[in-house]
Amino acid sequence: MLLINCPWCGERAETEFSYGGEAGITRPADPDQLSDAEWADYLFMRSNPRGAHKELWNHAQGCRRWFGVERDTVTYRMSRSYLLGDGAKD
Amino acid sequence: MKYSALGLVRNAFSHNKNWKEAWRSPEPKKEYDVIIVGGGGHGLATAYYLAREHRLTNVAVLEKGWIGGGNTGRNTTIVRSNYLWTEASLLYEKSMQLWEGLSQDLNYNVMFSQRGVYNLGHTLQDMRDIERRVNANRLNGIDAEVVTAKQIKKDIPLINTSPDARYPILGASLQPRAGVARHDAVAWGFARAADQLGIDIIEQCEVTGINRNGNAVTGVETTRGTIIARKIGVVVAGNASVVASMADLRLPIESHPLQAYVSEPLKPVLDTVVMSNAVHGYISQSDKGELVIGAGIDAYNGYGQRGSFPTIEHAMQAILELFPVFSRVRMLRMWGGIVDVCPDACPIISKTPVDGLYFNCGWGTGGFKATPGSGWVFAHTIAEDRPHELNAPFNLQRFETGALIDEHGAAAVAH
Repeated sequence: MLLINCPWCGERAETEFSYGGEAGITRPADPDQLSDAEWADYLFMRSNPRGAHKELWNHAQGCRRWFGVERDTVTYRMSRSYLLGDGAKD
Repeated sequence: MKYSALGLVRNAFSHNKNWKEAWRSPEPKKEYDVIIVGGGGHGLATAYYLAREHRLTNVAVLEKGWIGGGNTGRNTTIVRSNYLWTEASLLYEKSMQLWEGLSQDLNYNVMFSQRGVYNLGHTLQDMRDIERRVNANRLNGIDAEVVTAKQIKKDIPLINTSPDARYPILGASLQPRAGVARHDAVAWGFARAADQLGIDIIEQCEVTGINRNGNAVTGVETTRGTIIARKIGVVVAGNASVVASMADLRLPIESHPLQAYVSEPLKPVLDTVVMSNAVHGYISQSDKGELVIGAGIDAYNGYGQRGSFPTIEHAMQAILELFPVFSRVRMLRMWGGIVDVCPDACPIISKTPVDGLYFNCGWGTGGFKATPGSGWVFAHTIAEDRPHELNAPFNLQRFETGALIDEHGAAAVAH
């Protein structure tokens, strides 16, 4: 069982959260200007690294807010949680 | 050495001391015509069909662990071809036809048992989807029928078809030709057959880099030195993105842990395979008597070959919903494999933007059933440098063109 650190609620069990996939994928500002390959890259391609991974989690059965987590995909160790959006570093 | 009844008798007289190894363990040569990265079922099948169908025998299969140690030996052994879309069903049906003659082809008993697979429906919408899929299957020449809850109860006496169940069983689709196969035997059988055709199977040899000259591959770096090859076929399941990044490719794939479980051995209680999309679990009984159980993937990306406890709990809930009588059965073992999940729940069997580099990945949770067919079309793709018509739709470009083959949920059980 993962113990996930919600930036607002603290450490809670994995079952309270839902997973949002790779973090840091921003919607292109002007999709009409993209080639098919660039649009496919945004929609489908993922880095899927073996090791350090920045990912999104939602505290679905708690405060219901989204946040980022840095986790190792082999050991599953979560090194830190961070806030998203304006003012956040990541 | 061909396996035969006579051979069994002869070796019994010599106290079974004279059996030869099933495949050699050669040192890697400096150069091969084709290198297959990944010695799972799909990689070994690819090598076997390269030799048998395309007369390419200067081929090496590089495996970082040991044969049968990855997903090939970690799945729940179910084989079926009742997919919805024509592209997918023809590919899986090709595989089914190869399964039907596989033990003879390989001279190795893969214990393929066509005991039927039931895909249960629990809601009105489930039943409509089932009828649609059964019709689609029949139009593609695949055996499929809709069965009623009453018939299910008659065929599988232990199942709970009570209308009072939380998710009552309303009916099912049945594919009579579907079933199970002994998964390790599939790996061993393909390895032995490929080896006998002259292919080098090199275990404990991890690929650490892909060498290129301009836009063409020239070989691989491995933990056992550099090996030269003009063609490289990569079939590494959960590690697809890792190997792709060695050639600066990005794939539409995320790796997730998928768990499987076996119970203590029981006397024969279940002579078919039961799958349920709605409660999301699947179960069969192995020849040793263990109940073999599978369910969903862990939601998060992961490369650790183990899964989370909430997923185990969910799988057990699903099975007990179908078979309350198993509530006192003790589970014996559980394990995880890393599956490469594709956005449209269909594989990528394709050339890549790099010349001489081919990828076969994205099978997600459903690759075992496709083992022979996957090898058959991938061997064609590598040997001819163009896809076979069966795998042409499963190209990497479909994520740009939008020609996805959406088997999510449609494929009898959610991937």
